[in-house]
Amino acid sequence: MAPPELEPVRVRRWSLAASATAGSAAVVLAVLAAVPYFIGGPAEQPLIIAFTFIAMATLWNLLAGFSGLTSFGQNAYIGAGAYGLYLVASHGVNPFADIAAAAVISGLVALPVSALLLRLSGGYFAVASLVVAAVFQIAVTLAPSVGGTTGVSVPGLGGYDPVLREALTYWAAMIVAVVCVVGVFLLVRAGFGMDTRAVASDPVAAASLGVRVGRIRLLAYLAAALGTGAVGALIALQTMFIEPTSVFSIQYSVEMLFMVLVGGMGTIEGPIIGALILFALQQTLSQNGAWYLVLVGGVAVAATLTVPRGLWGFVSDRWGWSLFPVGYQVRDRREEA
Amino acid sequence: MTWVNAVIQGVLQGGIYALIACGLSLAFGVMRVVNLAHGDLAVCGAYLALVLSTGLGVPVWYVLPLVLPAAFVVGMGLQVLLLRRALRGGEFATVLVTFGLSVMIENLLLVGATANDRVFNTGAIGVASLHIGSQITLPWLFVAAFLTACGVLSGLQLVLSRTSWGRKVRAIADDIDTARLVGVRVGPLFATVAGIAVATAALAGVFIGAIGNFNPLTGTTMLIFAFEAVVIGGLGSLWGTLVGGIALGVTQVVVGEINQAYAVLAVHLLFLLVLAIRPAGLFPSGQQARVAQVLG
Repeated sequence: MAPPELEPVRVRRWSLAASATAGSAAVVLAVLAAVPYFIGGPAEQPLIIAFTFIAMATLWNLLAGFSGLTSFGQNAYIGAGAYGLYLVASHGVNPFADIAAAAVISGLVALPVSALLLRLSGGYFAVASLVVAAVFQIAVTLAPSVGGTTGVSVPGLGGYDPVLREALTYWAAMIVAVVCVVGVFLLVRAGFGMDTRAVASDPVAAASLGVRVGRIRLLAYLAAALGTGAVGALIALQTMFIEPTSVFSIQYSVEMLFMVLVGGMGTIEGPIIGALILFALQQTLSQNGAWYLVLVGGVAVAATLTVPRGLWGFVSDRWGWSLFPVGYQVRDRREEA
Repeated sequence: MTWVNAVIQGVLQGGIYALIACGLSLAFGVMRVVNLAHGDLAVCGAYLALVLSTGLGVPVWYVLPLVLPAAFVVGMGLQVLLLRRALRGGEFATVLVTFGLSVMIENLLLVGATANDRVFNTGAIGVASLHIGSQITLPWLFVAAFLTACGVLSGLQLVLSRTSWGRKVRAIADDIDTARLVGVRVGPLFATVAGIAVATAALAGVFIGAIGNFNPLTGTTMLIFAFEAVVIGGLGSLWGTLVGGIALGVTQVVVGEINQAYAVLAVHLLFLLVLAIRPAGLFPSGQQARVAQVLG
């Protein structure tokens, strides 16, 4: 029997490297999940920070890298998530169960904001997002019911044994990071991803090809707000105290920018790498707040100018590596044979 | 009469916001650069003036002839060394680069000058007031700031509309490729525009420091106010920017008269309101929402 006629090319969406990534990620996650049993507190505290970094970078990449929305006001949603957690937890709900609720609150808050902000683009969108974060912060300081300028402590945590509390926060942070990375990966791999990238590279051309630009930008914005809200809730759980100047700190936005730029915008791998680099910097320099930020800002500027596609972009351009394939690979069958 | 006084004081203060905003507007209109470090550059100007005026033991006004040229050179250097390279990556890259620069400047100032609030030696004019009738008292400093702002805006407007240099700038703002084709040398022009933008920012920074106080983090607030003035007034319109600045100033002072805690919030809400109902600003510059059209 003659073999069926072969198409001249084969389109692949997965690769051996991707299987290897998935496999090793599963192993790494299993090891990380066991950390509370073997090492405990000293390792948990820094790792929680690393998880929040990975989640923040991945979400900012969804905005800036995939959808062309350079928001410097994502600290608004860190704060919204933290205060969302407080509001739900103060009604007696278990604070760990509240992370999802805080994320939803943050997403709901983002809905009216998006109606205003998404009219703008580029630098104007960026500065307007700063204004929104400033409004959130001032609004909270003017509300005595959520502690005003002094802040509030997260209710409902007192009943927990400190060891258990830290372990639960740790696992919650891990889950949030994994959900963000896998969620963004799946989202970008689906049709949505093609659309977002079209919108990011040229909204007018995308619209003329039938991409619903407004809806894509809205979806990306809401998804990022939702996830960033969950990160805010985690930060509140870890610090156990919510203070307006710290949860709305623009430092979060600076860090997001750094991680995505240095790691590689518009890839799944890049933000994770950027998060790990920032984590290393933060662990060595965090005692020295101002110099830490000078360095973070400086490296971000240098990265934009010298390696515009980030470290991972540089690597994948050069060697064609892809651990999380989101695109389509076309191979010539005759060459393969 | 308190209200009349507040409104007038707000108008005068709005002039300063317009002064800082005009550089932002100019840089965007001509170079398509949204300079997120604009406010921080203004604060740098204020610190330079502080250092010089303390060092020489003179009121801050006497060191302006040193500060402004220095700011101009800094602006040119910034354009040639940094922004020109960033522009090759498109508007996106300039936004990222200037934001990174802003973070660096703020934190370097924090390291070098601490977070303490600073005040200027403003000399005799700093404490003098202008009395109109028996009720209205206006600090001379505010009057001087407003007049300076109007002077700078008119000067820019005149230069842009009447000189050959201004014609080239408008040509670039309109259509950079065509301007290049007919022989406009874009590089030096961009550098001069960046120099003017930073010099006006530094001048505004000195006035902001003179009417109140400043610290390394004042820059972000200044950027936001400048940006709001530009958007409220309508992108690309210098006089619109003045109106936008005045709207901000009046809102801030009048609401501050009722409750100081709500003053800045009210300004931001005014901005968001304008964005919601008139996204092109109060004085949109028509189809080609570009600086050039209104300036010309």
